Amino acid sequence: MKGNWAPADTGATTLRVVVWRGDENGRFEEFEVPRQPSQTVLDVVTYIQRSLDPTLSYRFACRVGMCGSCAMTVNGTPRWTCRTHVDKVASGARLEIAPLANMPVVKDLVADMGEFFDKWARARGHFKPSATRNDAFATVDPASSERREADAGIECIGCGVCYAACDVVAWNRDYLGPAALNRAWTLVNDARDAGQAGRLAAVAGDAGCHSCHTLMSCTEHCPTKLSPTRSIAGLKRATWRLALVPEDGE
Amino acid sequence: MSARRETALWVAQRATAVVLALCVVVHLATIIYAVRGGLSAGEILARTRGSLAWGTFYSVFVIAAAVHGAIGLRTIAAEWLGFRGEAAEFAMTVIALALTIVGLRGVVAVVGA
Amino acid sequence: MRPARNHPAYWAFLVHRISGVALALFLPAHFWFLGAALEGEAVMDGLLRWAEQPLVIAGEWLLVVLLAAHLAGGLRLLALEFLPWRNWQKTLATLAAAFTLVAGLVFALAR
Repeated sequence: MKGNWAPADTGATTLRVVVWRGDENGRFEEFEVPRQPSQTVLDVVTYIQRSLDPTLSYRFACRVGMCGSCAMTVNGTPRWTCRTHVDKVASGARLEIAPLANMPVVKDLVADMGEFFDKWARARGHFKPSATRNDAFATVDPASSERREADAGIECIGCGVCYAACDVVAWNRDYLGPAALNRAWTLVNDARDAGQAGRLAAVAGDAGCHSCHTLMSCTEHCPTKLSPTRSIAGLKRATWRLALVPEDGE
Repeated sequence: MSARRETALWVAQRATAVVLALCVVVHLATIIYAVRGGLSAGEILARTRGSLAWGTFYSVFVIAAAVHGAIGLRTIAAEWLGFRGEAAEFAMTVIALALTIVGLRGVVAVVGA
Repeated sequence: MRPARNHPAYWAFLVHRISGVALALFLPAHFWFLGAALEGEAVMDGLLRWAEQPLVIAGEWLLVVLLAAHLAGGLRLLALEFLPWRNWQKTLATLAAAFTLVAGLVFALAR
């Protein structure tokens, strides 16, 4: 394999890699990393931490594209680094790796996902059961339009790539973001969920679905090929009646 | 701002968008038709003077555009200038009213006999 | 443009927002201009003659294009938000751009 492989560009056998170090007030640090066949960006980060600088902090878990833990900003785009081949993204044998955008930086390549998940909760993105173990199984027709809508968004693993890609998140601090709203939509369509009251109010308004301007960076970059834009459009249609309902205290 | 208010503004934005879509198509067609062979006040006014139809059409057009534009500018001011809150809401109302007044004055100007 | 933003839906958003701002800034001037008719036909004709200058004609053409672009982008948004979801947004964006070009051409020819 090694003998047959040819580097994608000028025949370079090393990569210039700049990696973010420190917190928000940190800086980029440069490393030289040997190129390998089928090398992923996660391989590069791992090599740096194990062979060049053990103080580099980063997250990963499954390294096979299932968990979303390794999401980082690679040459300006949020991606799963374990699923990003260096050949596909290294422009001129140079790689820039930074933590995910729109989140506070803990250290180096580690972003603080606290607010991301807080917003998930604020969007009522959690299932509330309506039955107990003593009840019969819920019968949900998988072909029903509600279930198909839910299924279209259900594979989200909360990796944060869409949230990092969304400019409205950057422009509007309160905006719940594509992942939280996508999950809320799947629950709006879940016939078994008992938490519908208040969920629509939670996802409407300036912090909610009405701030989505269909930039569609979320849909463009979601590694699981979901479309939060689609879910948010659904929420817009589902919430319009709130314009007519007087709120408590009015 | 409350979810109800934001939702209402969103509904108003889309509703006026539909109204404007119709008005703009008519307006674009009229412009392209009228502009052939040059434009004169006489030609414009001959079409609009005393016309209830054009008066109604342009009044609806003006009000829809004023509302739609004011709400749109409010969003952009909030996201790109960080201008939010009571002052921003007031500014939006002022812009909507100002556009309506100046616009209806224009309608009166070309329709009034 | 940052690579993460370099895709059709984002350009459509930018065009829609920027054309909207431009139109919103133009509108008061347009209304004021029409109000000149209150002062009589002669004044209005004077303004129309002023508008025959090449730079103003070019500006007019730009406004027509911006209006067509904003309309096309707006129709695309209404489709995305209210019609059942289809994965042909890129086609919608292309159609919107095409309509804008056509409108601009037609106006340029008519002028």
